[in-house]
Amino acid sequence: MLAEIGQFLLGLALLTALCLSIIPLLGYFFKRDDWMLLARPLAYLQFVLVFGAFLTLVWLFVVQDFSVAYVWRNSNSLLPLRYRISAVWGAHEGSMLLWVTIQTVWVALVARFSHSLSHDRIARVLAVLGWVSLGFLAFVVFASNPFERLFPIPAEGVDLNPLLQDIGLIIHPPILYAGYVGLSVPYAIAIAALLGGDLDEKWIRWSRPWTNAAWAFLTMGIVLGSWWAYYELGWGGWWFWDPVENASFMPWLAATALIHVQAVSERRNAFRGWTVLLSILAFSLSVLGTFLVRSGILTSVHAFASDPKRGIFVLALLGFYTGGGLLLYALRAHKIRSEPGFELSSRETLLLANSLIFLVATFTVLLGTLFPLLFDAFGKKISIGPPYFGLMFFLIMVPMVVLLPIGVMMRWHRDSFARVVRQLTPLFLLTTVLTIIVWWFLRPLPLKALAGVYGGIWLLVNTLYALLTEKGRLTRGRLGMHLAHLGVAFFVFGVSMTEHTDFEKDLLMNPGESATFKGYTFAFEGVQRKRVENYIAEEGTFKVFQGDKLVTVLHPQKREYPRQRKPMTEAAIDPGLTRDLYISLGEQLNDQGGWSVRIYIKPFIRWMWGGGLLMMLGGLLAATDRRYKRHAEAEKSHLASQWLEKNSGTPDDKVTEVNA
Amino acid sequence: MKRSRSVFIKAVLPLVVFVAFVLLLMSGIGKNPRLIPSPLIGKPAPEFALPSLHQPDRVIRKGDLLGQYYLLNVWGSWCPSCRVEHPMVTEVARSGIIPVYGLNWKDEPENAKAWLQRFGDPYRDVLVDYEGRTAIDFGVYGAPESFVIDQKGIIRHKVVGEITPQVVQNELLPLIRKMEAGQ
Repeated sequence: MLAEIGQFLLGLALLTALCLSIIPLLGYFFKRDDWMLLARPLAYLQFVLVFGAFLTLVWLFVVQDFSVAYVWRNSNSLLPLRYRISAVWGAHEGSMLLWVTIQTVWVALVARFSHSLSHDRIARVLAVLGWVSLGFLAFVVFASNPFERLFPIPAEGVDLNPLLQDIGLIIHPPILYAGYVGLSVPYAIAIAALLGGDLDEKWIRWSRPWTNAAWAFLTMGIVLGSWWAYYELGWGGWWFWDPVENASFMPWLAATALIHVQAVSERRNAFRGWTVLLSILAFSLSVLGTFLVRSGILTSVHAFASDPKRGIFVLALLGFYTGGGLLLYALRAHKIRSEPGFELSSRETLLLANSLIFLVATFTVLLGTLFPLLFDAFGKKISIGPPYFGLMFFLIMVPMVVLLPIGVMMRWHRDSFARVVRQLTPLFLLTTVLTIIVWWFLRPLPLKALAGVYGGIWLLVNTLYALLTEKGRLTRGRLGMHLAHLGVAFFVFGVSMTEHTDFEKDLLMNPGESATFKGYTFAFEGVQRKRVENYIAEEGTFKVFQGDKLVTVLHPQKREYPRQRKPMTEAAIDPGLTRDLYISLGEQLNDQGGWSVRIYIKPFIRWMWGGGLLMMLGGLLAATDRRYKRHAEAEKSHLASQWLEKNSGTPDDKVTEVNA
Repeated sequence: MKRSRSVFIKAVLPLVVFVAFVLLLMSGIGKNPRLIPSPLIGKPAPEFALPSLHQPDRVIRKGDLLGQYYLLNVWGSWCPSCRVEHPMVTEVARSGIIPVYGLNWKDEPENAKAWLQRFGDPYRDVLVDYEGRTAIDFGVYGAPESFVIDQKGIIRHKVVGEITPQVVQNELLPLIRKMEAGQ
């Protein structure tokens, strides 16, 4: 019965989305206020219905109703409660429902926090967001229904993929999706402005906090994904340039370009068309990511389930949202007025360079991800490995790191390179001195690591300098920007150290043996068999000493989930500020209890994720800048007085108007 | 006139690029790598003559492997999914249900050897396809991929992506039973 209720709620939500995507727009074109004013209530209603359906699915998992095919496939009676809940988004159908649920949350938030927009504008934005809900709700209802029944009813469920039975997977998808679908807001704003042909700085100012928030969630989602891959896949790696990872990285790159261009577009009335295109691009890449993950068009470590029919459906959605958006752009581009009144040496130029760098990065990743497909289309077969991405990315990030402080320091409109160089010279010398000092402590360092350290310190020194010289101007927006840039500094430093100075060793260890690397002694005490919740674990015990001091005791596991024959490796990690100690178990190699063991020492890997977190905080902080609120208040009172004027006219006034 | 044309191009260009892109993606859907069987199935495996990883002077030809059915597993040390499937490949090789040969694809032999030392070497022999020419003949899309080749050198089956317990259970075992019966 419950499953049918869920289904029914989804059906109603689909109808609501249909109304939301049509009625306010008709109201806009036929100047009917009452139709336009329906946008908000419809947005709220849609949220309530979809959220209801989502809760229904959660409940079906909690009570383990195996008559529902999706529940049957992704859980069983041994599964602990927390994983029963996260199993809701453990596979395709539920993931898509979560996607739509979060999207309707964004739509409801836009409806709630949009009172500074005139009602014809909010009607357009909500209607476009309604199209997005409509498309993906239709996808859920017609192509990936999580409420489908099974008959006869099985007594026991299959299981949740053991890779996904993990805390990281409870929180990673919701946050990542919040970022993905959050990008539908700047998209909707861009389309709404194109529809009305009234793209002005108000639109862009209003778009900025939403873009920042979506970007922050996306950043957080990617960081969590990387962290999860690091400890759960058991290879010590943190990023694999896998199509699914790239799918989340591409919208992030485009959104990064977008938030920087928005600054120019709002403040300086330049790059308006560019802003629109990037808004469309960022959301399109989100949809493309969904397509790549869900169509099974590329093979991937993360491709848990895929279906070509669904691929066609998502591709059609992509065609509609992106193709429609670009068609509209083609028709309306002549109405976008930009006055690019700036000189070569100005912040505008540097921000343009920024967006170009990020765009090149986006297309590099896109090309690498789709390369096999591209060649397939021409009848050739080819495959490219991580070396391509590693090299390309290094080349692209070098100018980014070098130019970042210059862009921050440059003034709007007109500046001189000579001035900036003069100001940067002492900072450059300071960077060099600090790099030499750091090198002295960390030596020996390979050249690439040293380059990364140099870059990281360069960003750190410049960002701190910029922060200290802000004086009275330090708004939340500027503070957020500096925090995010500090994040880049930590990220660059962490990545270069981890990638180029990490240590890994495979060895055979018998119980009682120990091995010493880089000052750490790993003493292996043996492996014990354990029964835990819904799996059986072979758990190793390692004591780690530094000299005579016990640093930590690590328990890596090899797990066997009875319902699935796939063995899982659960690495044991001792995290630290300057290094992670990472042990994973291979296989038992002899009868004396000897195991193959892999030991990693990963220097500064936490700095990388720490950098990501700083970027996220920066984004959120910038989204809450007071300026937006101040403008919103002013706009609201302006709208109110307009409304009063329009509605308080007496018959006499009208007569005079006519006479005049 | 000239100016308005450049404005027009700027306005329309993104759309044109996007349409080309969608066409590309659509061409990919038809060739879904996991679901479309290789056109080579039922046909003789392409000829190959490749050096062995462990004894580079020894060349292994297709003819050398005739008379037995075997699994040819395409892998590279650079390929993360290959690590994922490796325990299962190892299990298949150990269980003795079918001999497993490796095709080391576009890889540095040093890395390949280090990889095998680390994760175990289940292969009866590893063929080195450094240039990737043989893989092209086989129509390899990406690693990992595996081919079942029968006694007469005919490709009987292709697994795209990881070998999982399900693949072994549902695809390999029934096929092996058939080939044992000489079909």
